[in-house]
Amino acid sequence: MDEINWHSFFFLLFGLLACGFALGVVLSSNIVRMAFYLVLSLGATSGLFFLAGADFVGAMQLMIYVGGTLVLLIFGVMLTAKGPFISMTTSAGEWVLGAIVGGSLLAVLFSAATSVDAWQTAPGGVEKIETQVTATRLGMGLLGARVDKLEEKNPEQLAGMAGYLLPFEIVSVHLLVVLIGAAYLARPKKRAARGAATDLL
Amino acid sequence: MADYLQQFLPEHWQFLAYVAAALVHCVLLINVVAVGALIFIWLERKVSGRIQDRLGPTRVGGKFGWLQTLADGLKLITKEDLMPDGADGMLFRVAPYVSFCASFCGYLALPFADNWVGARLNVAVFFIVAVLGLEVFGVILAGYASASKWSLFGAMREAAQVVSYEVPLGMCVVVPVLIAGSMDLVTIGEMQAGWFVNWYVFHDPFTFITFWVYFTCATASVNRAPFDLAEAESELVAGFHTEYSGLRWSIFFMAEYGSMFAVSGLAAILFFGGWNGPIPLTHWLGLADSTHPILIYLGNLLGMFNFVGKCVFGVTFMMWVRWTLPRLRIDQVMTTCLKYCTPIAAAMFLGATVWTYFIPGGLIIKNNYGSVREGWLLEAQPELVPDEVPAVASNSK
Amino acid sequence: MEALNAPVGVSHYLIVGAIMFVCGVVCMATKRNALGVLMGIELVLNGANVNFVAFGSEYLRPGTLGIGLDGQLIALFVIVLAAAEAAVALAITLNFYNNHATVDVDQADELKG
Repeated sequence: MDEINWHSFFFLLFGLLACGFALGVVLSSNIVRMAFYLVLSLGATSGLFFLAGADFVGAMQLMIYVGGTLVLLIFGVMLTAKGPFISMTTSAGEWVLGAIVGGSLLAVLFSAATSVDAWQTAPGGVEKIETQVTATRLGMGLLGARVDKLEEKNPEQLAGMAGYLLPFEIVSVHLLVVLIGAAYLARPKKRAARGAATDLL
Repeated sequence: MADYLQQFLPEHWQFLAYVAAALVHCVLLINVVAVGALIFIWLERKVSGRIQDRLGPTRVGGKFGWLQTLADGLKLITKEDLMPDGADGMLFRVAPYVSFCASFCGYLALPFADNWVGARLNVAVFFIVAVLGLEVFGVILAGYASASKWSLFGAMREAAQVVSYEVPLGMCVVVPVLIAGSMDLVTIGEMQAGWFVNWYVFHDPFTFITFWVYFTCATASVNRAPFDLAEAESELVAGFHTEYSGLRWSIFFMAEYGSMFAVSGLAAILFFGGWNGPIPLTHWLGLADSTHPILIYLGNLLGMFNFVGKCVFGVTFMMWVRWTLPRLRIDQVMTTCLKYCTPIAAAMFLGATVWTYFIPGGLIIKNNYGSVREGWLLEAQPELVPDEVPAVASNSK
Repeated sequence: MEALNAPVGVSHYLIVGAIMFVCGVVCMATKRNALGVLMGIELVLNGANVNFVAFGSEYLRPGTLGIGLDGQLIALFVIVLAAAEAAVALAITLNFYNNHATVDVDQADELKG
């Protein structure tokens, strides 16, 4: 056996895990197991992010997606999964339709992904590339200073390269609005009807 | 290490060297967790005994009962493996391991000495906080899969608690990060080299208070008393691990003690200088500035003992608090988080930012050993080649 | 093995992203449980994120070949917005459950013309 490219090995491992558990989400009928497989799939995706050099995004994926959104999802599952509602099966006809749609979309995306020759392999190999300090550059980019593009030669391009400050502010306000809205939407209204949902806390 | 091992292997099996190196690192880290859990369980029984004015285990292994945990472990291994009737088989079995994996992954980015780290991540602090928050999955799965009311209630309470306390925990953790200018734990530790006045906990009064808030949030985050209503014996039988016995239960507890050690380790590096001691011993012995590999190793070894000592002190402090304070109710837990910890953490963050902007050197004039952040980027971030003496921002005068 | 020697290119990441995307779409189309549909949405957004990060990776598309840090920044925003959208969707689902005592989306036909 020749020199194993460890990057490829781990990519294969994480890629198979991510795709396999995504398939598990589709094929499973128990909602709690679906949530668990989704957790593992998103965790494997985070590993893929780390492999591609995006360590900050990978850590963010773990914290926000897996640690936040999926815990929220599981809370929702626990609050609404009572007895016969845990598995609602889909009819065979809908599965066939879904498979056709999914299959054709997959074929299109697959042919697009493999079409460009320049994408088939990494230019210059992956072995000894310096790891970048991405966190600082991301932070400065969010504040409006694109410090990763300091060597941009074209003055017009440089002038148009604004940072991400405005989207950052918009997203912050958006999160605040969502927080208030979701808390208002999900407030308990009728105390008489469903006793089970309110006595969990 | 992989390159060294490659010399011994025949032509086409070179990859085994990497596997062996990875295994050695893994085994070292797992030893920390496993042996640590062993020692901490014994320590907990001794500490709780002394606080309650009794002796604790004294029979197994001599006067201090040192082998008590070993005996406990043997008992747990030989217990019958039960699973409740209505339980979801796969989820029931997998839940303890999810918890343990989440707890163990935190050790990947935790440095024990200068550059002695599993993987030197640029975003180490963020990674550890993110991964320690994943432990809640094992708890939720355990609570659900046990098909028992008590387990589900305990699991839901614990999930709510852990997720809520991640917010002030994150804010507290950001304060040393902004003083150091990097999320890399090795860099944060290096910048606190020298006397104990270089430690960030003494950097400014805001960071001092932040440490106490961090410790409170960390204790809540690992579900130790007084925040341990998820396992409250007097209320919920045993909470989420009611139906777990034998080895599965012990995996949950290795996860808990592992998390306690990891959170203490994070506190030690962020606030107490990590492997840099109260006195610059390695500098006095000439170990820090030498280039001879054996001497560097020795200096790092001393640093590691220093670090582990601080972690053990942190864990002991958590045990002390556990057996002293009464347990909080769930609404009190939530009140503490939302009405006390979060606003205090936010105010401290603001204060520390303003302080660092005007007085970057901190309260006490630094001496020659530590470093102060200059500029928006710590230039000369070293490549990830081990055993190289890294060069960070210049020492302050 | 040949597969383990060759370096990984962008197309491999795109294939993984495509598979996750398609799994998400099929999940959204076939699941009757509203939370299952929500999981499909999360998978779709993750597939797109994998694409963004792959093109923005310094290893796979170095220098001016790729989109550099923009890919990671966009992925960051997508993650944050997905979390916000999941919160709102869950609030809607809980409301629906409170009113109809079920999360079956096939039962949500009161507004049907």
